[in-house]
Amino acid sequence: MGIAVESSLDVSPLVIGGREFRSRLMVGTGKYASNSDMVHAIEASGAEVVTVAVRRVDLNRANEEGILNHLDASQFFLLANTAGCYTADDAIRYARLARAAGFNEWVKLEVIGDQETLLPDTAGLLEATRTLAAEGFKVMAYTNDDLITALRLEEAGAVAVMPLASPIGSGLGMLNPYAIRTIKKRLSVPVIVDAGVGTASDACVVMEQGVDGILMNTGIAAASDPVRMATAMRQAVEAGRLAYLAGRMPRREVAVPSSPLTGMLDS
Amino acid sequence: MIQSPEAGEMITLMVNGAPRELERDSTVAGLLGSLRIDPRLVIVEHNRTILRDRDAYASLALSDGDVIEIVHFVGGG
Repeated sequence: MGIAVESSLDVSPLVIGGREFRSRLMVGTGKYASNSDMVHAIEASGAEVVTVAVRRVDLNRANEEGILNHLDASQFFLLANTAGCYTADDAIRYARLARAAGFNEWVKLEVIGDQETLLPDTAGLLEATRTLAAEGFKVMAYTNDDLITALRLEEAGAVAVMPLASPIGSGLGMLNPYAIRTIKKRLSVPVIVDAGVGTASDACVVMEQGVDGILMNTGIAAASDPVRMATAMRQAVEAGRLAYLAGRMPRREVAVPSSPLTGMLDS
Repeated sequence: MIQSPEAGEMITLMVNGAPRELERDSTVAGLLGSLRIDPRLVIVEHNRTILRDRDAYASLALSDGDVIEIVHFVGGG
């Protein structure tokens, strides 16, 4: 074995809602400069789960903006989101529309409460999670980094809880590692950090908290070179996961020499 | 049953938020065809009911005042 770090050292696969996924990095498909940039970046990311949004067909442009004209749906696990929904009823409607597309019964549930921060409306989120879980949906719930909301979402039937690192599209990285760690420690369902990861070091630190995966979009799509950044993110997620599994050394406030104190020459 | 005597009698529907005139007895399949939309790539909602069965597109007749939403997957996070 060479010195290269193999992702196979991560012995436990990611399992959500009874389904095994090959990558802990999930990526969005929005905001790319071109469809070919998107496809190449997604391939470089190694992601299996790829999120999409549900929108009206622009009747003047027919099929050209539909993502399935560009992305081979058989190569990826399409995860529809309810982005842009501000009420539980809207989010439920979008989720049902997405399921009718016939790919799967999974949904990345968003119920947004505020336009400026895109922070979730947690009351609406819980209501929609209950309804959709009862209808057989596998709900992955985008939420804030509040432990109590995360616990309630698990009780409501979410198959994964997705706390934010920082607001959607902000690229601010993880603002509250303690909150993310606490959510991971207390939940039984997988915790996938969603939103706010801006660069590879952000992704690495998030994974070092022990969470099960990361979903990101803008961090890759808005990079100057999305394909390079997608590769960096893939490696950072793997590195952070391995570092978590390896167990970091304790922090000390004083120096401890790495070289022997004995065997020094006489002065 | 009243047969429309005049060929080309039209009905008006709301399609994706805009009014659109169609010939009476048009179907969902006909609407999609006239818009050059591949039915496999879209989901259709008819008066707030999602049409889960694409085979039903050809038999579902549209009426004056119907509200149709045609959606698909686009890039998103």
